Amino acid sequence: MAMTDQEILTGLGEIIDEVAGVPADQVTPDKTFVDDLDIDSLSMVEIAVAAQDKFGVEIPDDQLKDLKTVQDVIDYVRRSGVSA
Amino acid sequence: MRLTEGSAGARILAFGGYQPARVVTNDELAATVDTTDEWIRSRVGIASRRIAGPDETVADMAVAAGGKALAASGLSPGDIDLVIVATCTPEAQIPNTAAQVARRLGISAPGAYDLNAACAGFCYALASASDAVRTGTSRNVLVIGAEKLSQWIDWTDRSTCIIFADGAGAAVVAPVTDPAEAGIGPVAWGSAGEMADKIYITDRNSFIFQEGQTVFRWATTALHPVARQACERAGVDPTELAAFVPHQANLRIVEGIARRLGAPQALVADDIVTAGNTSSASIPLALARMLERGEIPSGAPVLLLGFGAGICYAGQVITVP
Repeated sequence: MAMTDQEILTGLGEIIDEVAGVPADQVTPDKTFVDDLDIDSLSMVEIAVAAQDKFGVEIPDDQLKDLKTVQDVIDYVRRSGVSA
Repeated sequence: MRLTEGSAGARILAFGGYQPARVVTNDELAATVDTTDEWIRSRVGIASRRIAGPDETVADMAVAAGGKALAASGLSPGDIDLVIVATCTPEAQIPNTAAQVARRLGISAPGAYDLNAACAGFCYALASASDAVRTGTSRNVLVIGAEKLSQWIDWTDRSTCIIFADGAGAAVVAPVTDPAEAGIGPVAWGSAGEMADKIYITDRNSFIFQEGQTVFRWATTALHPVARQACERAGVDPTELAAFVPHQANLRIVEGIARRLGAPQALVADDIVTAGNTSSASIPLALARMLERGEIPSGAPVLLLGFGAGICYAGQVITVP
């Protein structure tokens, strides 16, 4: 069964809390990583690595730079056909 | 054919470190490139770094650090029969750095070579020194990591000029007769030549370049297994380590590897904060300073882990003098 957007969002919130210290309740789909959540490029790499462990989806650096918002990552993970 | 008679093992008698006098703060860099103190501290963890004088050479710094280690070891220059200088920023292609350094330290006619494994250089050189002592090829070895990266930096490139710096660190390696006294564990080393284009200086007219994000991802995901392997080969559990001294590449890489290593009790070197990234010098320099401050008890097990351009990496457990 594929993960729902909400499940991916919850998982992503946990990752971002751990990597960047941003409380999970602030991680909402419309937020941008750089401007809203103050997450830098190296933290984005750490988030990508943690997302690979959690969701089994690899996000290469050249894709990572195009993921600007939380929703972008949710879409990417969902599109990559994750099954829970 | 007759072969040399080896020793039971090798240990480190002493460390020595040297930093150039000139301190360059983040604010000073922010005056010339588009950056800020806060940005540099948060991205790489550096507050200030040391930069060599215009006439100060890699050999000068190597002599300073090597001389300190030699003096602290209790050995005399005549006892040393091999000098290895790990550097990726030598003054010239030939002659090498090691022979000149040996001469200036009064070490007469030792084996002398430079070793280039970039930021992994010191750990490669230490492993080579240990093996030379164990096999009986050499008796006592002076191992030095020395770099003048400032000569290879584009000072208008804010992605690299904030990171790299100058310095040197050295260790004296000697034989032991009882294997229980051995203080240099087996090395866990390797390379990833497919990533050769991620960190490079193309030629003598070029500046250092690195793909920061790619290197960061590699360093924070590929290295903790190497660190654990070095522990396993030495028969030392990570939870027994007194300290972890990885190459001071970037504080966030250091902390990232440390977190995954599983050694919460170990003191983690953070010398980069005031030394910058000094490539092959960073590990012995950090250790020399930690030992000077009395932060690690004599005889305690410490994990070293070098990694950098090549890509090359190497780690080993040592006991500190």
